[in-house]
Amino acid sequence: MSGEGLTVRDLRVTFDGFKAVDGVDLDIRPGDLRFLIGPNGAGKTTLVDAVTGLVKATGSVTFGGEELLGKPVHKIARLGIGRTFQTATVFEELTVLQNLDIAAGSGRGPLTLLRRRKGVPESVTKALETTGLTDLRDRPAGVLAHGQKQWLEIGMLLVQDVKLLLLDEPVAGMSHDEREATGALLQRVSEDHTVVVIEHDMDFMRSFARSVSVLHAGKMLSEGTVAEVQADAKVQEVYLGRASEPEPAAVPVPEEA
Amino acid sequence: MTTTTPSVTSVPLLERFRVPGGFVLGAVLLLGVAPLALSDFRLSLLAKYLCYAIVAVGVSLAWGRGGLMVLGQGVFFGLGGYAMAMHLKLADAAATGETLPDFMQLYGTGDALPWWWKPFANPAFALAMTVLLPMAVAAVLGFFVFQRRVKGAYFAILSQALAAALSIWLIGQQATTGGTNGLTDIQGFFGYDLNDPVNQRMVYFIIAAVLLVLMAIARQLFVSRYGELLIAVRDSEERVRFLGYNPANVKLVAYVVAAGMAGLAGALFVPAVGIISPALIGIVPSIGFVIGAAVGGRASLVGAVLGAIAVAWAQSTLSDAFPAAWTYLQGLLFVVAVGFLPGGLASLGVVLRKRRTRTTPIPTGETA
Ligand SMILES: Nc1ncnc2c1ncn2[C@@H]1O[C@H](COP(=O)(O)OP(=O)(O)O)[C@@H](O)[C@H]1O
Ligand SMILES: [Mg+2]
Repeated sequence: MSGEGLTVRDLRVTFDGFKAVDGVDLDIRPGDLRFLIGPNGAGKTTLVDAVTGLVKATGSVTFGGEELLGKPVHKIARLGIGRTFQTATVFEELTVLQNLDIAAGSGRGPLTLLRRRKGVPESVTKALETTGLTDLRDRPAGVLAHGQKQWLEIGMLLVQDVKLLLLDEPVAGMSHDEREATGALLQRVSEDHTVVVIEHDMDFMRSFARSVSVLHAGKMLSEGTVAEVQADAKVQEVYLGRASEPEPAAVPVPEEA
Repeated sequence: MTTTTPSVTSVPLLERFRVPGGFVLGAVLLLGVAPLALSDFRLSLLAKYLCYAIVAVGVSLAWGRGGLMVLGQGVFFGLGGYAMAMHLKLADAAATGETLPDFMQLYGTGDALPWWWKPFANPAFALAMTVLLPMAVAAVLGFFVFQRRVKGAYFAILSQALAAALSIWLIGQQATTGGTNGLTDIQGFFGYDLNDPVNQRMVYFIIAAVLLVLMAIARQLFVSRYGELLIAVRDSEERVRFLGYNPANVKLVAYVVAAGMAGLAGALFVPAVGIISPALIGIVPSIGFVIGAAVGGRASLVGAVLGAIAVAWAQSTLSDAFPAAWTYLQGLLFVVAVGFLPGGLASLGVVLRKRRTRTTPIPTGETA
């Protein structure tokens, strides 16, 4: 199994006294395709922010034996952890190819940087194929459709040569076909990477998750396979008991797995 | 990772010769047509404008491509200008058998040259300092500022404050810097008499050549991988950080290079105009340094350079006739260019073309 595992112990993030992440333990095995679900405000994005160095946190996060907490963002990235954001952030003025080329290059020396790009690195060609963006490689990323931007972001993580991908709501706002294509892409990617997907959409989760973690109010509520999590009474309560809240649009249905 | 497949994009013939062709055209205009067509007086004015254009090359890199609001280029222009002027003043004094520059004999307290003036008697040291001193200051400043993620308006205000501080300090040190007057009345340039029109023309040629060389260097930076990375940092610094780069270093390079260019421009300004003074490097001139680039198009090298020349020309033409109105016009130009036409005049063609032909939407490709 390839990819690298992530171990989180007693992770806590506090914003002005508000506990956004409140003592979370999490184990992600190498090669897993883990879905991280939970109502809006549960702390999913904050958890990813803490792991990638964007917000201060206490506790412990180790990846390949290295402690991540306290490291600056770019050093954590260089250890092989890549992430996307809830709103796709690609470099809009640069072409698809340039976006990927930059993602491939954090290890480049000054002499390479000062020269013009001649040809296309092999990893970029491969990522273009994997994400199906080959025909669009010379278009500015800003004109891509929403779904294509998300794929480009995933492609950037691939050429960045990360071992662990943390994807924050990658299919939000996508059409049904785009979701299916993205799911297939994630399955392909997870063959040689560890993937964590934050998602609300239960259909999407059912189709593609290998394992699921449910976060609620900063705490880990439940963990297991899709079926186990859906059968969990606590999970049902969180989703069903607060039907007035618009957020958990898709309710997990226990009888179907 | 190291193996590469050749790029298949075929560049149209016209496109391939646009840049070298434009460069040759610029060289012919600057080094051939202008010296033939212009009187000595006008050519020396153009020399001054070209110094501003050299600053604009750096502004185009740091602001246009790097998104750094460099509103304090007067500092670097001043450091370069004073380094050059100190050497020329010492050389002028030596030529008449004196040990002290004229203003020090007038205002100075003792008859010894201040220690920090002494090394500038050496021409090689002074020349090196015109570029290295601004770059060193920018490196130290940029290191702290960018590590701390000072950006946007804060960075602009900090830059302005620095320009103000330097000019105020210079004014206060009349005995050693010439105070408000600055270093004036410069006679010679490395043994050449600047009162001789032939030598003034030579200075023009040096400035024009330096401008062309710096444009070529900047162009290489623009098209390099570094240039792409710089745009990425400008547009989404956070994203670049998650790709494993430290954006502070990326910005630092652009900032330091732009500072070196401003320093060189200041150094060349001295023989071209015969003076460097606090009034030429403070807050207002520092804003002036970026207006040309903003109007012409800060992200476009040629746009920034032409804008700088045009604004400098307008300033010297209009500010004599309507000194008060020019200040307002300058402010207005800045606001209009930054607020309504961020690409400057260079982008006007693109903006108009976009209006006429709607951009064709891209079909959604399925992932393979
Ligand atoms: N920078 C911040 N400052 C203060 N509160 C924040 C900040 N970021 C997130 N929060 C709060 O933390 C909680 C968890 O947010 P988030 O991790 O974005 O939730 P999720 O991604 O699960 O929807 C929310 O209540 C949110 O308002
Ligand atoms: Mg979120």
